[in-house]
Amino acid sequence: MGQYFHSVTLDRDKCRGCTNCIKRCPTEAIRVREGKARIFEERCIDCGECIRACPNHAKSALTDRLERLSEFEYTVALPAPSFYGQFRRTSTPETVLRALLGVGFDDIFEVPVAASAVGYAVRTFMNQASRTRPLISSACPAVLRLIQVRFPALLDHIIPLESPMEVSAQLARKRAEAATGIPRERIGVFFVTPCAAKVTAVKQPVGRAKSAVDGAISMSEVYGAAVSHLKDAESGRRFQVALASGLGWGRAGGENAEIDQGELLAVDGIHNVITVLTEVEKGRLTDVDFLEAQACVGGCIGGPLVPENPFVARANIKAMADMVDSGNPRPPFGEDELAALYDSGVFTMVETIPPRPVLKLDEDVTRAMAKVERLEETLARLPNLDCGSCGSPTCRSLAEDIVRGLAFETDCLFKLRERVRDLAAEMKELAEKVPPSMDQPSGSERTPEVG
Amino acid sequence: MTSVPGAPVLTMSFDIEGRNFKASGEASGRIKRTLEQVGLDWNVVRRAAVVLYEAEMNIVIHAHRGVLRAEISPQKVVIVADDEGPGIPDVSLAMKRGFSTAPAEIREMGFGAGLGLPNIEKHSDQMSIETEVGRGTKVVAVIMVPGGAPDVTPPGATQADAT
Ligand SMILES: Nc1ncnc2c1ncn2[C@@H]1O[C@H](COP(=O)(O)OP(=O)(O)OP(=O)(O)O)[C@@H](O)[C@H]1O
Ligand code: SF4
Ligand SMILES: [Mg+2]
Repeated sequence: MGQYFHSVTLDRDKCRGCTNCIKRCPTEAIRVREGKARIFEERCIDCGECIRACPNHAKSALTDRLERLSEFEYTVALPAPSFYGQFRRTSTPETVLRALLGVGFDDIFEVPVAASAVGYAVRTFMNQASRTRPLISSACPAVLRLIQVRFPALLDHIIPLESPMEVSAQLARKRAEAATGIPRERIGVFFVTPCAAKVTAVKQPVGRAKSAVDGAISMSEVYGAAVSHLKDAESGRRFQVALASGLGWGRAGGENAEIDQGELLAVDGIHNVITVLTEVEKGRLTDVDFLEAQACVGGCIGGPLVPENPFVARANIKAMADMVDSGNPRPPFGEDELAALYDSGVFTMVETIPPRPVLKLDEDVTRAMAKVERLEETLARLPNLDCGSCGSPTCRSLAEDIVRGLAFETDCLFKLRERVRDLAAEMKELAEKVPPSMDQPSGSERTPEVG
Repeated sequence: MTSVPGAPVLTMSFDIEGRNFKASGEASGRIKRTLEQVGLDWNVVRRAAVVLYEAEMNIVIHAHRGVLRAEISPQKVVIVADDEGPGIPDVSLAMKRGFSTAPAEIREMGFGAGLGLPNIEKHSDQMSIETEVGRGTKVVAVIMVPGGAPDVTPPGATQADAT
């Protein structure tokens, strides 16, 4: 591991050196060199686009395995709101939770419960702080990293509140400690993750020194283990389940529906997020109070580690939310409890998120300026086809790579062909310069010398 | 793109067409990316991004055609928006927040709040407008780089025409 931990990894044996991933990467973090993809770790934001794009399944996410549960005396599962969407309409939130318990956890703390509490915190923060607008949601770690590498000027727009995952982990551990008397380090808190970005957020968080989550297990793996327990889940332990609004966080628009205050805007899909953040950067969206932004199309139900089709999952969540609503549920926290939680600092993001500017061509400004000139000159000589055959996503990025000393102009097939053609012409010219005495008759009579 | 020999100034310049909303924002985006590649303080980049975009859009919305230019040096970024267009009859009125002559269809597109020029002023360290009714407008905005080395640009270098 270098400076950065990344959940997204490459299986070199499976990689065939096609260019699908380099074209889809939103931070231009991937190159194909010597027939294999290579990820620039300082640029990678773990959004998972390449996992989806790779036809050979050479890109995958490093996650914690269920075996890790045995490291702890007591374990708590933190199901993300998107988890509920993996189950058909015949399931209720309670049966889903019982099936999850069957996987081997001792208890469950529902992330949607924490999500609703975070919604309260967002409203409170919006009312108290008159800061730069729009405030940007901190819930999706891929978006936070995107802002670090591509929009550092927008870092202070990020609402300094923790994600529902972190909040639920803190509350879960506290509850388990109080209920069992087991010391906190022997309690294992595991997030059921829809994505690689959350794994990275657990292993190397931004905004805090250490995550309160002990591990992140792939939703596909947990789902596979949980379905077999569905049949025994009709009755059993009772849960005070999350509110419908909390479940809604699993899909795009759910977070804003929870906040329901001020001017709200929601965007999903990392490439769409980039277009909206570009607008914010131009100073055009100052009339928006809060921006929900999710890297995955459709929100977390579209996460790369989610087994169910996102459109089906969306309908499942809606059905489950309606079911919860019709039961007139009691909110998990009263207003006073929420206010006390807010004051306790459980929502507060304690550290500021540093920029990770990756575009800089040189540490020295003057030298970087010279490189920009060389870059533009180089680009003018490239064919501007953005074909990707050179292994860089665009002609401009190849020019950047050349200036950074990471590639050569002849990596461009068209430049190479030009060079070969020039060389051939030169050779022909040279060949014609042989002394007339040694010249041979032309045409088919010419016999090449074999030696 | 050209630079002045001996002086570390990088000049980028783009032609802007009036009413071409499809291409609008491209020039400012390209210059912004260059500022990031040069590695200027990101607060400077942020301020420049706003100034560039508003200046570009004012040409697109209010003028016939023009040029958006940035002169980048380790000390400062000079942004010049020079257009052929109707000019501004009353500059101090145009500088007021909320003043706009943008027609209804432009407002429909989310522009014409009368915030562009005041925002350029707010995000730059110096700003000047030269304008002649019936001919055109030239807006010059300067953003200083905090802690940038003292200005060593020799006289006669490009910033001379930025006044
Ligand atoms: N390049 C220009 N040529 C002619 N008139 C201009 C030019 N730039 C600004 N103006 C005039 O000044 C007014 C105020 O400009 P300003 O940029 O502050 O607001 P706006 O362009 O109308 O709206 P917004 O910038 O908020 O979209 C404009 O409505 C226009 O009348
Ligand atoms: S949208 Fe959700 S699933 Fe996708 S990267 Fe962000 S947090 Fe993960
Ligand atoms: Mg304007």
